Amino acid sequence: MLSAIDKRLLEEVADLHEIPHGAFNIRKNGQGVSRNTTANIDIVTKKDKPGIDIIVKPGTKGESVHIPVILSEGLEDMVYNTFEIGAGADVFIVAGCGIHNPSGEKAQHDGIHEFFVRKDARMKYVEKHYGEGDGSGERVLNPKTIIEVEAGGVAELEMIQIKGVDRTKRDTEVRLHKNARLIVTERLLTYLDQTAESNITVEMVGEDSTAQVISRSVAQNDSQQLFHLNMRGYAKCRGHIQCDSIIMHQAQVSSIPEITAYHADAELIHEAAIGRIASEQLIKLMSLGLTEQEAEDTILQGFLK
Amino acid sequence: MLNMINVDVTLEGDEGQVEVLKEINLTLEEKKIYVMTGPNGGGKSSIAKTIMGIYQPSGGQILLDGMDITNKGITERARLGIGYAFQMPPRFKGMKVRDMLTLASGSANLANQCDLLYDVGLCSQDYLDREINASFSGGELKRIEIASILARNLKVAVFDEPEAGIDLWSFQKLTETFENLNAKHNTTIVIISHQERILRLADQVIVVANGMIDEITGKEEILSEIERLDSECRCRQDCIKGGPENAECN
Ligand SMILES: Nc1ncnc2c1ncn2[C@@H]1O[C@H](COP(=O)(O)OP(=O)(O)O)[C@@H](O)[C@H]1O
Ligand SMILES: [Mg+2]
Repeated sequence: MLSAIDKRLLEEVADLHEIPHGAFNIRKNGQGVSRNTTANIDIVTKKDKPGIDIIVKPGTKGESVHIPVILSEGLEDMVYNTFEIGAGADVFIVAGCGIHNPSGEKAQHDGIHEFFVRKDARMKYVEKHYGEGDGSGERVLNPKTIIEVEAGGVAELEMIQIKGVDRTKRDTEVRLHKNARLIVTERLLTYLDQTAESNITVEMVGEDSTAQVISRSVAQNDSQQLFHLNMRGYAKCRGHIQCDSIIMHQAQVSSIPEITAYHADAELIHEAAIGRIASEQLIKLMSLGLTEQEAEDTILQGFLK
Repeated sequence: MLNMINVDVTLEGDEGQVEVLKEINLTLEEKKIYVMTGPNGGGKSSIAKTIMGIYQPSGGQILLDGMDITNKGITERARLGIGYAFQMPPRFKGMKVRDMLTLASGSANLANQCDLLYDVGLCSQDYLDREINASFSGGELKRIEIASILARNLKVAVFDEPEAGIDLWSFQKLTETFENLNAKHNTTIVIISHQERILRLADQVIVVANGMIDEITGKEEILSEIERLDSECRCRQDCIKGGPENAECN
């Protein structure tokens, strides 16, 4: 049922070598192909639209959910997934989309993921995007992620796109309640004539909520990137955005910061930087015996780690 | 072992060409320790960078064990056994101390990396997995930089003001480390420094000023010169003894 190509895509986006332990749902070319639920984690197909509900019982600890999506033909796929992370739970969720497009048709996956991280729950969410295939068809991924973190909850997001996605528009909206915490790590590499846009909006509505967004990107060849990282503080809160881009060749990067405070005890920081690889870094590594190309690769690899 | 013969270096500065080094003639012999000193802006770092291949000579010749390396790049010179610990080492987002030492030594041997950090007065437990990023203080960065040079098996190692930002205890350790490196690997060492205790390690002292080598002399001459300055300059007695040559006196 899963071909060698499917398996490789799964490995790229979900580090899956085998069928995963714990709960999972694998979606291929617009259809669910395999699923597993556990005593604490249920996965239910939505009735009104394509997609699933993932329900994690309150208090569930140390379990994982894998919900990879793979496309191996030119196809437009759209899903709505809803995650309910019960109070006090602590779970690891691996999503991600791998596209192998051998055709001349566009392969596109648009996902709307909505999360409810209930009181004192903790969620780590990893989303990897990957594309390959020799066809002329574009590989397009447009994820929308909406997260509500209730009092004392923690959401940790890792969003990674390193290879093979031609167009991407990523929208992330997060609301943080009292004492809630958000940690976002974004890694993006574009090359050829790829384009990527990332919009992240964090609303800190609860007292003592904290948010940290660290975005790092590398833009090569003729690719273009646009970042719009936005933080709003409505209460006593602390937020920090760090947006760092390495620009190379004829690429173009635009970083638009926005921080807004609606409360005198909101502390918001935005740091954005765009620049080429520092020549001092290259020289240092070359003086250890690396070639210029090896030095460049080492620096980029570390930067995107 | 390493010879610089009539080396000139001219660089493209912000306001046109700058003649940074003029007619540098220098012979570094095997296993010896040299200390390079002289006023700020004299050209010490430029000599070091020219040895490493970071600055290309506009005239003259550089030989390593008799081989002409004048036109060789940084990578090639590194592979031939030349190393340079930067005066101002760069930071690397995402690169751990462990990664840097592995790149430097060509091996991920843990015991070896712990020894290297110990030699520069750092505890490996605290540092191996830290990223060499903005969270590092200037002194910490310098020590990692020194360790990355100690990690290599070199013919010539140049350390550019290694004492900057290093506390007294570690300083003692560092002088021992230089002596050991010299004895163990037969490495020829050049230390750019103004410190009296570093000067004491020297087989020869190279004084650089105005882009030229002013003199090459024994450490006794330099140390007695410092003593003379100490006794003649009243305000200097208030300064840390053996502090930077041109420390400001209040
Ligand atoms: N890359 C460069 N471009 C322009 N001028 C330089 C460059 N490097 C060094 N210089 C100039 O050369 C002189 C010597 O500098 P340097 O070798 O760093 O001195 P030192 O290490 O002895 O303090 C200084 O006047 C400095 O401004
Ligand atoms: Mg200098």
